[in-house]
Amino acid sequence: MDTPAPMASTGANSLRTGPDSRGKFGGFGGRFVAETLMPLILEVEQAYATAKADPAFQPELDYYLKHYVGRPSPLWFAERLTKVLGGAKVYFKRDELNHTGAHKINSCIGQILLARRMGKRRIIAETGAGQHGVATATVCALFGLPCTVYMGATDVARQAPNVFRMKLLGAEVKSVTSGASTLKDAMNEALRDWVANVTDTYYLIGTVAGPHPYPMMVRDFQSVIGDEAKLQLHEAEGRLPDVAIAAIGGGSNAMGLFHPFLDDPSVRLIGVEAAGHGLDTHQHAASLSRGRPGVLHGNRTYLLQDEDGQIEEAHSISAGLDYPGIGPEHSWLHEIGRVEYVAATDDEALDAFQLCTRTEGIIPALEPAHALAHVKKLAPTMAADKIILMNLCGRGDKDVATVAERLGVKL
Amino acid sequence: MSRIAARFASLRAEGRGALITFLEAWDPDASTSLDILRGMPAAGADLIEIGCPFTDPMADGPTIQVAGKRALKAGANMHRTLALVRDFRVGDNATPIVLMGYLNPILSYGVEKFCTDAAVAGVDGLIVVDLPSEESDLMVPLATANGLDIIRLVAPTTDEARLPKVLDGSSGFVYYVSITGITGTRTASAEDLAAAIPKVRHATDLPIAIGFGVRTPAQAAAAVQAADAAVVASALIETLAGTLDKDGHAQPDTVRRVLDHVRALADGVRGARKAA
Repeated sequence: MDTPAPMASTGANSLRTGPDSRGKFGGFGGRFVAETLMPLILEVEQAYATAKADPAFQPELDYYLKHYVGRPSPLWFAERLTKVLGGAKVYFKRDELNHTGAHKINSCIGQILLARRMGKRRIIAETGAGQHGVATATVCALFGLPCTVYMGATDVARQAPNVFRMKLLGAEVKSVTSGASTLKDAMNEALRDWVANVTDTYYLIGTVAGPHPYPMMVRDFQSVIGDEAKLQLHEAEGRLPDVAIAAIGGGSNAMGLFHPFLDDPSVRLIGVEAAGHGLDTHQHAASLSRGRPGVLHGNRTYLLQDEDGQIEEAHSISAGLDYPGIGPEHSWLHEIGRVEYVAATDDEALDAFQLCTRTEGIIPALEPAHALAHVKKLAPTMAADKIILMNLCGRGDKDVATVAERLGVKL
Repeated sequence: MSRIAARFASLRAEGRGALITFLEAWDPDASTSLDILRGMPAAGADLIEIGCPFTDPMADGPTIQVAGKRALKAGANMHRTLALVRDFRVGDNATPIVLMGYLNPILSYGVEKFCTDAAVAGVDGLIVVDLPSEESDLMVPLATANGLDIIRLVAPTTDEARLPKVLDGSSGFVYYVSITGITGTRTASAEDLAAAIPKVRHATDLPIAIGFGVRTPAQAAAAVQAADAAVVASALIETLAGTLDKDGHAQPDTVRRVLDHVRALADGVRGARKAA
């Protein structure tokens, strides 16, 4: 299923072969779910393996990615931004131009094709910012399947346009008031729904988290980002980037960008977590920078938790990064040191949001604005012949109200 | 012989099934929780399951979720849950205690230290909801070394091919989750149980408890006729919750009302003569 990218290695020392048969990336990942769900997880794993082995599956996926999603997404040389920053050349992988405005649709198409193969008749999903909910509602409308999206009540309030979008697309949006009413609680509710509707329902997880095989499967579907970018940059510059950089919430857009570059040691990979009000406050979403390993939502990974192992609330101006965990493959890449994980605050993301808008005429989502905040710091320290590749994974229309409020503008 | 095995053996000799009652540690506060725990055996509980509060109880319905929230607000943690068991053991060395919870607070405590401390406190068995047999190698050897039974959940989705794998390494009893769903929501029919339990029985010599959706004395009676024990959790917590004031604080009749409910369930279980 992985199409070989130029210069990719898949040798014995490859970092791209994980997870193992138990769904582990080093000590992370796995299948920590209640017995009721275990047979379903195994069924999804089996169905995905069968689909990958079926020569008809990839062409079917490619068809929808090309004609419905609009792939390949362009690679854009951000020339004005590059001049303003005065250092390395900055390229944007423009996944915000995908249908529905973010990278989430890549995995939704793959998973709904799988759900159809499995004969499932109902789709459930969790969403934070609403981008995955919208993408899921979209593919459900496309294939005529009923869709229920769980969304924390806090997020329902701050992402109203996406809630309405999902409803227009025919999805039922369930506002979750259990726990802290955010993304982690939406995921708990989706898992509870799945346990209660095991025979007909497929759980379409939005990020590279959850029990095996989801972290692997979502990564595979999102790797189209890095595969394309690698080819496109090769065409534009004849070489690999020096740095590839992406924002991290659960980590799906970053995993999709990074995975095809894991075996290219010359490429520095940088994931940017949300530092919220600051890493030394209790209001951030930086699971790797400030968390420690634990088990939540079916996998072992870095989590924000207190000394008793109770899960702590994350905070970020970006609802899409507001998650106290991170995909297990990131935890592994962090521990082996292949990917550097840094953080950007709410304020830094807001500044980058405005910079991108004014210099490139692109309104980014607040999620990739975090990645851009780090590009802002990094590019000026690099020579003009160096290349930074950043995943612009979503567009900012959904965030306009949040940004206006933070800037003190009444709409 | 472990307390769990001894208790099931003596009940078998009496010719009746077991009532397993549930409480969430520190719900709604430490002393009420200890009073309920201490009162349960005399009210007719044969085994007691103590829920270990967790912020993200993914297999639990609203009733137990809210109980966990109350407990955490009151200051519950794993040390204090084990202290609760220690305090109970001062006056009762016979009633088996099973802890039911999620993996992360145990990992945070340290699996080895947890198994040692739990055994010392007087815990007899562990149900770790999100630790399926596929992952249980991280705990089974340590639990076994400390004489703790690992009680596995078997669900309606567990097919006969999978069953031996799920039961491998389990001891104490088998917890049959009678519905596909979360705690305290729907109830399995007598026909469902009649079809499901013999398949589990065929795969194990361990006693079988039925839980999830067992709410009334009649349902508890039906459960012990189909299997060996009935677990009642959400219904008891609803009784407790119904006595609390608007701030979630216990009232003078909280303990009595919960124990009265336990008595009614025990009457149901003891009135159900097991078919030979």
